[in-house]
Amino acid sequence: MPEQPIVHPYIPNTIPEIRAEMLAAIGATDIGDLYAEIPERLRLRRPLDLPPALRSETELVREVGGLLERNRSTRELVSFLGAGCYEHQVPAVCDEINGRAEFLTAYAGEPYEDHGRFQALFEYCSMMGELLDMEVVNVPVYDGFQAAATALRMAARVTGRTRLLLTDAIGRDKRSKIADYCAPDLVLETVPFDQASGELDRGALAALLRDDVAAVYVEQPNHLGVVETGLAEVVEAAHEVGALAVVSVDPSTLGVLAPPASVGADIACGDIQPLGIHQHFGGGHGGFIASADDPRIVMQYPSRLFGIAPTRVAGEYGFGDVAYERTSFALREEGHEWVGTAAALWGITAGVYLALMGPQGMRELGESEMARTHYAMGRLAALPGVRIPFERSHHVQEFVADFTGTGRTVADVNRALLERGILGGADLSGQFPGLGQAALYAATEVRTQADIDRLAVALGEVLA
Amino acid sequence: MTAADEAPATVGGSAASVPSARPHVSHRGPAEAVAGTSSPHAIAPKPFPRRFHQASWDEPVIFELSTPGARGVLLPPIEPGIREAVGNPAADLPAGVGRARPPQLPELAQLHVLRHYDRLSQENLGVDLNIDVGQGTCTMKYSPKVNEGLVRSHKLAELHPLQDESTVQGILELMWRLERFLAEISGMDRVTLQPAAGSQAIWTNVAMIRAYHASRGEAAARDEVVTTIFSHPSNAAAAKVAGYRVITLYPDPETGHPSLDALRAAVAERTAALLVTNPEDTGIFNPEVDAFVRVVHEAGGLAAYDQANANGILGITRARDAGFDLCHFNLHKTFSTPHGSGGPAAGACGVTGELGPFLPAPTVERAADGTFALDHDRPQSIGSVRPWYGVAPNLVRAYAWIRSLGPDGLRAVSETAVLNNNYLLAKVLEIDGASAPYAAGKRRIEQVRYSWETLAEATGVHSEELGVRMADFGTHYWTSHHPFVVPEPMTLEPTESYSKADLDEFAAMLREVAREARETPETVHSAPHASTIHRIDPSWFDDPERWAVTWRAYLRKHGERRAAEAGRAAAGVSASHAADA
Repeated sequence: MPEQPIVHPYIPNTIPEIRAEMLAAIGATDIGDLYAEIPERLRLRRPLDLPPALRSETELVREVGGLLERNRSTRELVSFLGAGCYEHQVPAVCDEINGRAEFLTAYAGEPYEDHGRFQALFEYCSMMGELLDMEVVNVPVYDGFQAAATALRMAARVTGRTRLLLTDAIGRDKRSKIADYCAPDLVLETVPFDQASGELDRGALAALLRDDVAAVYVEQPNHLGVVETGLAEVVEAAHEVGALAVVSVDPSTLGVLAPPASVGADIACGDIQPLGIHQHFGGGHGGFIASADDPRIVMQYPSRLFGIAPTRVAGEYGFGDVAYERTSFALREEGHEWVGTAAALWGITAGVYLALMGPQGMRELGESEMARTHYAMGRLAALPGVRIPFERSHHVQEFVADFTGTGRTVADVNRALLERGILGGADLSGQFPGLGQAALYAATEVRTQADIDRLAVALGEVLA
Repeated sequence: MTAADEAPATVGGSAASVPSARPHVSHRGPAEAVAGTSSPHAIAPKPFPRRFHQASWDEPVIFELSTPGARGVLLPPIEPGIREAVGNPAADLPAGVGRARPPQLPELAQLHVLRHYDRLSQENLGVDLNIDVGQGTCTMKYSPKVNEGLVRSHKLAELHPLQDESTVQGILELMWRLERFLAEISGMDRVTLQPAAGSQAIWTNVAMIRAYHASRGEAAARDEVVTTIFSHPSNAAAAKVAGYRVITLYPDPETGHPSLDALRAAVAERTAALLVTNPEDTGIFNPEVDAFVRVVHEAGGLAAYDQANANGILGITRARDAGFDLCHFNLHKTFSTPHGSGGPAAGACGVTGELGPFLPAPTVERAADGTFALDHDRPQSIGSVRPWYGVAPNLVRAYAWIRSLGPDGLRAVSETAVLNNNYLLAKVLEIDGASAPYAAGKRRIEQVRYSWETLAEATGVHSEELGVRMADFGTHYWTSHHPFVVPEPMTLEPTESYSKADLDEFAAMLREVAREARETPETVHSAPHASTIHRIDPSWFDDPERWAVTWRAYLRKHGERRAAEAGRAAAGVSASHAADA
């Protein structure tokens, strides 16, 4: 094996003299000696067929940055997209903290040399606990999909039952994830939403509820942007048959919406992307699961739970893993599901966000989203042929607009909007064909009145 | 005087009672501790290994820093035109639907939030700060800074995943190219970048295995999965979630990997798959791996390769060449994306053409005209394993890292990782009390699971305690996944990022701690002494009456006692500093 002629800046021991010295120290004649345990028949006998190295940062940034330059971002376009990933104000301090090398490049150290991440994550969980009015919150799982799927598996373990009733007002990708994750032992059934209000059809729920139901799963607001005003009744109905109520909630709405715990929900779950994390083309997600501090539920979490504890020094806080013996780290397949690397840095970031926002900021966020969303609903409802099917329901940051009456498809409308620099709402026509040519429009606190007016004017042109 | 004011005195008091041959490390005291070699004419040479003290800000929990009314950030005001049109819809929410009481979040000015988290960050050790070879299996390597700049661009950070494909051609092309790179590196036909991390990639492979057998009408007949004890626990755990019975193979005491006979005994017509890491977490490469795959194939099962430990074999040997049907990489390990204190990470699964139809949807496809699109129409797909298409920032970082190295550079990465590992192996084995069980005298690939059994028997100091003491030297040290098949384990993985001098320094720290275990064991038993905090009372963590996962739970369970102690402190009575010890 010939020595590498280039000393690579990422690989200090490519210095030929050092390599020779190290080989000599271990009694090897060349690098090939070190691979003696890999049989020749398994060796790749040619160089990898990959493009040659871009050795300088200049070349690298030109190449990779050049690829990214071909994207048009939501800073360049006015976006009304949501559907699970949201454009919110991201405070500069959030990016500052998650860019700190100490957090960014750390991993799995012990509670001593990595005290900082333990405390930051404990604080994240604690602030989420305030937002959710619950005493137990996990160290983040991958995303809201995983949080929902795991929350449902937890409910099945708590109750020893196998039927799950899921709202039909749920994203189809999310339902797909839950279905695959809960197979083969759990059975999913769908509870329709009321066609007039967009809320869960409680009559249909009642017909499906029996004492073999492990959990009723609803979202607040639901995937159609509608606030479930009957959440208390849904929870009560679930409890009457001994099922748990699992509620996925958008944490950005909790300054104005009552937390699921306030109506007795057993497990809350959701995604923390709205809390100070950029959209990242869908790469900025983290999932939370929360509950009361009830050992019956706590012992069913697969995730890590960080707890506070005293040290040998008075007034000093220490942190560590609570009830570790339930995890796959401790017990492999005998633990609950599994635990692994997930989304800790986004958890730290969401904690920074909540600390910056405080109670007043979260209240203002919710009010702003609601005002902008209702304003947008009014502007679109005034357009000929456009219908807001759940107009009389409460919405926080999203709503459905139905273009069926315009004779145009959502895809068609969105293409025309894009020519005007606007990203129209997410197309629901494929996933919710019953809603017709429907789109899900989001208007968060960053969408100005001017943005929304521009959308209305553009739609007026497009639909004329 | 507050309790916090007392803390430094307490620290000094407790440390002073600790016997130590390294007073300059164990004390917060002045540097005179190493005086004697100084002279008026020169600064004395530095001791080796270095003196260290971690930042220790004695930082309160953020709720304790709250000042009612303080604001950390403001939002765009609601325009009068919107107010006039809709009023305040939040006020119209029915009782019980709207929030009745504001969340009890802390209230801080912006600088105070920043300062709190900056202080906490200083109490954390990243790759950028330490010789991070002690977190074995984790592949702690340098994450190039130039890549951080790339992912912070709004051209990535401010992309919504549902944008029209014409507006995201750059990132789609990058993902497509990265898939091709990883297909070449693994030898597989197709790759998905959707999994969020390594364990989710394992799950994705298990879900595809399940879907494959179901498509052949064998879902019920094949209900067993075989794995090995030195493969990551998520292999066993994910298989269990998917409904499989898990058979775990243990190593042959001589070779360190399971024997072919043991595999043959475990494999049957009920076998759905073999899930295996190679090299395993011992750094031992199973040279019969292709025969393992053959045995499983002959029984009608599939073979999935957990390539978490791929850092030593890039361009050397490939999953496909050993016959595997599926594999996965951890992009946050082998391909350099930063570990983020435990994610976000990224996983990539590679499969043969036969398994391609089962890949998660959507896939990234290149059209004849050279444009890129997402294909959601995949009827045999297992569906979504996570929202959208993958952890995009980490895909960009991994792509950039591969481009910065090229084929020769990737090979240099692996060769150097293996060189570093075998060099460190030789250095560690020189330490009295350390050993590397299995495969005596043979080369390891990229990591080694060592044992301190001899040292523990001689001194009563356990491996976990040595690990805690290593924190006093400014580094990490990890034992092993459970169960501890290797007694008193320590797993070290010195990737290509570390220099010979780094490895010498790390070995010197280990040697010093092992010496302490023999000569002044109390120093190790009572560590850490130079870290952010002192020995934690772990008894709270398994006691439902005392554990507290949030601050509100802490206040409910311990608030009264805390208030009483605060009252005593205010009255000038010194608090017990070992109340729960």
